[in-house]
Order: sequence, then structure tokens, then C-alpha cells
Amino acid sequence: MQKQSIFQSKLLPYLLVAPQLAVVLIFFYWPALQAVIQSFLLQDAFGLSTSFVWFENYVELFKDPAYFGSIVRTFVFSFAIAVSSLSFALLLAVMADKPLRGGMLYRTLLIWPYAVAPPVVGVLWIFMLHPSLGVLSRYLRNMGIDWNPLLNGDQAAALIILAAAWKQISYNFLFFLAGLQAIPRSVFEAAAIDGARPMRRFWTVTFPLLSPTIFFLLVVNIVYAFFDTFGIIDTMTRGGPGKSTETLVYKVYSDGLIGGNLGSSAAQSVILMGIVIVLTAVQFRFVERKVTY
Amino acid sequence: MVEQEGFRRYVAHVILWIGIAIVAFPVYIAIVASTQDNALIANGQMSLLPGGHFFEVYYQTIFIGTSGSTREPVGNMMLNSMIMALMIAVGKIAISIISAYAIVYFRFPFRMPIFWIIFITLMLPVEVRIYPTYKIVADLHMLDSYAGLALPLIASATATLLFRQFFMTVPDELLEASRIDGAGPLRFFWDTLLPLSRTNMAALFVILFILGWNQYLWPLLITTRDDMQTIQIGIRKMITTTDALTEWPVVMATAVLAMLPPVFVVVAMQKLFVRGLVETEK
Amino acid sequence: MANVTLRNVRKTYPGGFEAIKGVNVDVGDGQFCVLVGPSGCGKSTLLRMVAGLETITGGEIDIGGKIVNQVEPADRDIAMVFQNYALYPHMSVYNNMAYGLRNRGMAEAEITTRVEEAARVLELAPMLERKPRQLSGGQRQRVAMGRAIVRQPKVFLFDEPLSNLDAKLRIAMRVEIRKLQRRLNVTSIYVTHDQLEAMTLADILVVMNGGQVEQIGNPLDIYQRPATTFVASFIGAPPMNLMPLRSDELKSQIAGVDGAGIVGIRPEDFAISNETVAGGVALGLTIEAIEHVGAETFVYGTRQREEQGVAANPGDLPPGEVIVRVPGISRPVIGERIRAVAPRDKLHLFTADGRTRLGQ
Repeated sequence: MQKQSIFQSKLLPYLLVAPQLAVVLIFFYWPALQAVIQSFLLQDAFGLSTSFVWFENYVELFKDPAYFGSIVRTFVFSFAIAVSSLSFALLLAVMADKPLRGGMLYRTLLIWPYAVAPPVVGVLWIFMLHPSLGVLSRYLRNMGIDWNPLLNGDQAAALIILAAAWKQISYNFLFFLAGLQAIPRSVFEAAAIDGARPMRRFWTVTFPLLSPTIFFLLVVNIVYAFFDTFGIIDTMTRGGPGKSTETLVYKVYSDGLIGGNLGSSAAQSVILMGIVIVLTAVQFRFVERKVTY
Repeated sequence: MVEQEGFRRYVAHVILWIGIAIVAFPVYIAIVASTQDNALIANGQMSLLPGGHFFEVYYQTIFIGTSGSTREPVGNMMLNSMIMALMIAVGKIAISIISAYAIVYFRFPFRMPIFWIIFITLMLPVEVRIYPTYKIVADLHMLDSYAGLALPLIASATATLLFRQFFMTVPDELLEASRIDGAGPLRFFWDTLLPLSRTNMAALFVILFILGWNQYLWPLLITTRDDMQTIQIGIRKMITTTDALTEWPVVMATAVLAMLPPVFVVVAMQKLFVRGLVETEK
Repeated sequence: MANVTLRNVRKTYPGGFEAIKGVNVDVGDGQFCVLVGPSGCGKSTLLRMVAGLETITGGEIDIGGKIVNQVEPADRDIAMVFQNYALYPHMSVYNNMAYGLRNRGMAEAEITTRVEEAARVLELAPMLERKPRQLSGGQRQRVAMGRAIVRQPKVFLFDEPLSNLDAKLRIAMRVEIRKLQRRLNVTSIYVTHDQLEAMTLADILVVMNGGQVEQIGNPLDIYQRPATTFVASFIGAPPMNLMPLRSDELKSQIAGVDGAGIVGIRPEDFAISNETVAGGVALGLTIEAIEHVGAETFVYGTRQREEQGVAANPGDLPPGEVIVRVPGISRPVIGERIRAVAPRDKLHLFTADGRTRLGQ
């Protein structure tokens, strides 16, 4: 944690941590505290008076089927995005891990979507699959599918999942490739000599050895699906049609901004904080295990 | 190995090219759409080959904006995005490296509590504290300002942790040699530690620049004036209007322009990017 | 130009561990003092206390007539060569050497003169613009030396500076360090765990063990008259043979000194002979292993039986092994039985606890 050789100074270390501490206290802790306080308050319809209502905002939330629906939706989105993106990225990484000509080129051509911003991802995909003018929608309609994600909630959800998974391929690919390259070649060679065919080798050697990476990416992808999909949803569907693509984060935003229900929005924020804390804890447990692995 | 010769190799190449095609297709469509006539697109008859309107569409996008009444040239949005991204990246690196330096190289009362206070911010992303943060920024009169855009995003536990970890690997003897050579804490930091951290700072800069450029929710909340919009916000506002009125070539040109700087950074500085990504996730 | 005097120097770590238990050393002006001992004996800690890198719990450190206990390392007018060299990886060779001078506000012209002079002496002139990573191990070592030389300090401190070099280079650099120190005539303190390095370099040898000084003196004096069994076994390779004297009768017969519990004989003090030596030691050995070094050969034998005084000690591991040096031309054979004798005046006698030397 700390060096043996250090400097002696009374004032300097405080000056050095002061900027970070100031930003953290003003823009992180103070608002977080405000959110907690706000979540116990109720404002009347005209914003004239507020009263302390204990857990009423939370109780209201959990009685609200829309909130419950949003929780379920968020988890469904998360797992769908994580599983589809991870499996496709793993396939690509296993292929790119072979000693192929142009390996670096493949990597370059596969990692750049990491840099595309979520709202841009949303715009790209809604344009391709727009019901009236999307280039791909024509083919879907020709196949007899009544494609209209702007009216059909399930189709909208599928579109969000597709776009979000697409963006995450490059990130997952990169980490899978790094994970694969960290496995010593000799392990594969030993498995080959032991008579394991490529497919069997993948499931009995590669996959188990890669499991720490898979677990790590699973957590990262879930966090991503919780928070970073906001931009995708906001440009594509605005949570609609109906509320069919309203995730937890999106609901905090729309209840607070559009609904003006600050107490409920704050209570939702506090619940989200709890979720982040759990996910972060899981992630750090994992990091510890990776060290011993 | 022998079995990786021949057939299997071709399969791998084919799968990889399919992957690349899937990854690249939406962007290809965007580029194509940004060179075509809006009427054609609106009719759902867009061609899959580039059209001939490249220069006029990009000229209009960068210098004029959409044809709407509240239009804003995308060039100005890019400037805002650039300023915000640079402020976030440089600011994060600056305040993180000095606080990590204090935490590693000094022993002072409340050292560990301060470390934990910084560390716990990992669990408070902007999404979970949007309204109260908005209120504070408003109270500080920082709405529609670059400071308001960048400051609340500038604290970074990840960067502090990264520098802390790196400083721990710097041999103690280097500090001792510096002390014998007559260097005090600030001189050691400036002459030795900072130059040694160059690669780490560059890798971190690449990642933070991309993250900064791609910020969406926060700028959406605190910018109300059109001339303070970042490009990510601008693109969203362009498709707010009724579908029929959306000028798709301009939207797609904006999308392409929004991707250009971060994608360029990833491709041109791939090594630093990969390093930064892997290091910050550790 | 300075004396370095340590008076009852102590170091206790916050956890209560006593690293240095009261050390007194006096290094005269221009002398080369070597601190030697096994790892963990406190020699590096002591050196770092002289440098000012470790605080002093008790006692005084005096450099050139000034107590420096509270003085910052930069103000002690010392220069240090580290085991891993601690070169600034991002600075050129030139800047590595110039850095300490610049920090002291020296004029650039003077810096250039000094660095170039040091580079000439150390044969680094062609690589002044290179970075440390472009240098070989030996060259890096020279840069570390150069960084110390240019400062023209009162005292040089060396912390195992040669231990990262290969054997051949180590010997070459050892000679060079000695020559350089003679020429510059700067008081030096040098830490090593290698007793050969210690013997060859030192004007004053300080043998340390467990945070204490076991013996201080001229290297040859220490070799010829080790004060404790620890020094006896640590200085000299292969080490001195130490054998317990078991019965009182044997003790008086062989030693003629009251209180003797251990007898020590250096491998080179044996002769292969059938004669009996009055007051000396004769051992019947079976040869178990042979090391041909070239000029000489070391024979490892086990004692067959008690003979003329020395008892085979069943507690020893390996039981009763004795090392004998014979001339390189002789050709001993494994399994051969030999008789090794040592005269009375070559015996080193110690009390049973090994802490006190008896007799001359």
C-alpha cells in the first residue's frame, strides 16, 4: 500500500489531494447525500411545500407495476445483451487467436466500434431499421415480417438489444483475445497430444481457462447494459413505445425530468446506487480471485 | 499445430471477415446515406452505393447545420465536444496523479480515509445522482458552461488507482537517489516520476478522451443553449422533429463526424488504447 | 575528505524489531571500510543510516566532525551507488550524472567539465547521450559510479554495487573500484555479503551478524585471528573447520587453555602426513568428495574415529565433515583414507558458545 521510502512534509500532501477531494465532495458525495434526503421527501403538486414522508416514495415505487416492469426489463436487457455480445465476441476472438496472417489487421478492424458513442449507435441502428426508410426493413418486410419497432414494443426491445450488443462486441473481443493469448500455447499442445480434437479442446481446455475473463466480462457487460444504454435508448425509442424500452436509468431520467416527480426519481437513484454497490463488490471479489488464480 | 493448416484456417478467415462486415455495416450505411439526396432516403429508396452529394452535405452539416430554425453548425458542436473531452481527460489525469502521489509517497493523518473517500466514488456514477448534481451545478451558476460540463465528471477513482499502482512499482532506490541528489518532493515528482509516468498518462489520456467525447447524459441535462451543445446532443436533437422532416443525410454526416475523432484515436494509437483499456479495468 | 564515526548507533523499527544493536565504527579519512555479513545482519540498514535514508533510533553518526543524525541526505555531502543502480531511466547518461549537480545550482560549464572527466575515467565518453536501457550491466554500473564521482563528495557509500554483475565482470569492477578510490582518496563505506569482495577491498573490515559488530580490523588480521566462530566460518572460503572438543581430558591435552570448547582449523593449515604433531591435531579421514580448483584441490572427508584429541561429533550435519586443502598436483581418490595433521600454532580455540577467542 505504501512505500518504505517517503517524503516528510506536513502541508504538501494535503495540497496535493485537495483538488480531487474538493471535486469528489462537491460533485459526488453532496449530490448523493441529496438524493438520499430527497428520496424521503414529498413535494406537493405545485412545488410549494415539501414534507418528510419516510419510506413512502419507496413504498409507492414498489407498488407501481411500471417500476417492477422496468426492473424485469432491465435485467432481461442486460442478460440478452451480455450473452449475445459475449458469445459472438468469443467466437471472433477464438478465430483471431489462431496464428493467422494479418492478425493485427483483424484486431484493428474489430475494435474500433468501442469508440462509437451510444447515441450515435442508436442513430445508426434506427436508421437501418427504421420502419419506413430503413435499408434492412425492406428485406424484413419482404420476408413477411410486420416490422415496426416504433409501434411494436417487442420489436423495439429487440432493436435496442441488437444495437447495444453490437457496440459491446469490440470491447469483449479485445478482452477475450487478451485472455486467450495469456494461456500458454503448451497447454493446447498438450491437449492435442492427449487426443482432444479442436471442438473438444475448446470446451475442455480453452473455456475453463477463460472462465475468469468470461465472468469479469459478464459483470462489465451488465454494468454497461444498466447505464451506458441510456444514449442508445434515448435516440432510438425514448423508452417507448409505451414503456416497452424504459430501463431503470431511463426511468430515473424521465420521471424526474418529464414527470417532475423528484422524490420518486431520488428514491430510484438510491436503489440504483445499491445495485452499483453490489455490482462493484462482485467485480472486486472477482479481481481478488484473479490474483490468486 | 498441423491441424490448423489448411481448411480450418480458411474457416477462421471467413468467420473473421463476416464479423468485420457485421461490425462495419451500420457505419457503411451511414457514410453512404450522408452522400445521398434526402428525398430518396425519405421514400425508403436509398441506394447501397455512395451518392454524389458528399461535399454539399458535409459543407452544410459542418458550417450551417440543419434547415430548421434553431439550427447550429456541427463544426461548433465538435468544438464544444473537443473542449469538454480535453478538459475531462487532462483534468482527470492532473488531479488523479497528484493525489496518487500524495497517497503513495507521503504519510499523513487521514491518508487512508482520504483514499477510501476517493475510492468509493467508483460506486457513484453520474447516472445515480443526476438531479442533485444538476441542482448543485445550477446553484454554482455553471449551467451552459465548459466548467459545468467537465468538472462533475473530472474526479476519477480509476485513474487514481492506476497511478497508485504504477507508483508502487517504481523502485524505492530512485527516490533515494533523488534525495541524495538533492531533489525535494516537488522536484522528484516533476523530474523523475512524471517522465516515468508518460506512457501511463498517454494510455489513460486515450481512454479518457474517448469517454469524454462520448458523454451524453450529463451534457443533455446541463446544456440549454444551442451554442453550448456537444455533438452527441446535437445529433439527438436533429431527429427530434417529426420523421418526415428529419434531414437524414445531415444526421448521418453528423454521426460520421461524431465517430471520426474517437475512432481515429483508437486506430492510430491502438497500442496505447489497448493498454489503457486493460489497465483501467484492472 | 572526512572521517566517519559511528557511536553506539541503534535502529529499532516501530514494530519493535532491533535491526542495529549499538554499533561503533571509526573510518579514517580516505579509508575504505567494508561492512560484511550474511543477509539480514543489518549492514545495509547501517549504510542507509549513514546516507540519511533511515532514521537513527539511538547513538550518533559523525561525518567530518559534524553530527548528521538530523541532516537530510542531500546535505550530508555523501554519494551512493545502489545495488540496482537506481539510474533515472528517462535521462541520458550525461543527465543522470549532471542531475545532482544541477539540483545544487552548479554552473553548467563546471557540470560539463566534471561529467566529462568522470566519463573519461570510467570510459563512458562514447555513450553520454544514451539512455540507461541501451547500456550493458557493466556500463550501467559505471554510470552509477560516475554519478557518485562527479559530486566529489566527502564520502562514497556503496550498497552491494557489484551483485548484479556476472562473475568475471565483478572481479574486474572490484579492482577498478579499489583503484579509483585510492586515486580519489575519498572515504568509502561499502556493503557486501561476499567475503572475498570484502577481503580484497577493505582497509577496515567490519564483520556484522544479527545487528551487531562481530569484529573490526584489518582484513588479514581478521582472517588470521577471527574473534568468534561466526567470523571464523564467515571469512575464508571454503570455511574454517570447526570441531567441538568433548572431554575435558582432550581439551587440556590439545588446547592447554582453560575453557576451550571448540577448535578451528583452516583447510589450508592441514598437511597430509603420518607424523604425530605435539599439541596439534591429527585426523583420520575417509575422502567423500573432491573439488579440483586447479592450483589447489579441496578434499571433503569424514572423520573415522577419535584420534589425538578431536572427537567426531554425531550431532554435526553432515557428521564430522572436514575440508582439507591439498596441492593441485596431488590426485586424491574417493574412498581413500588419509591422515590430516595441523600443528599447534595453526589451531584457533574458542569457548563452547563460540563468542570468545582464546589464546594468541
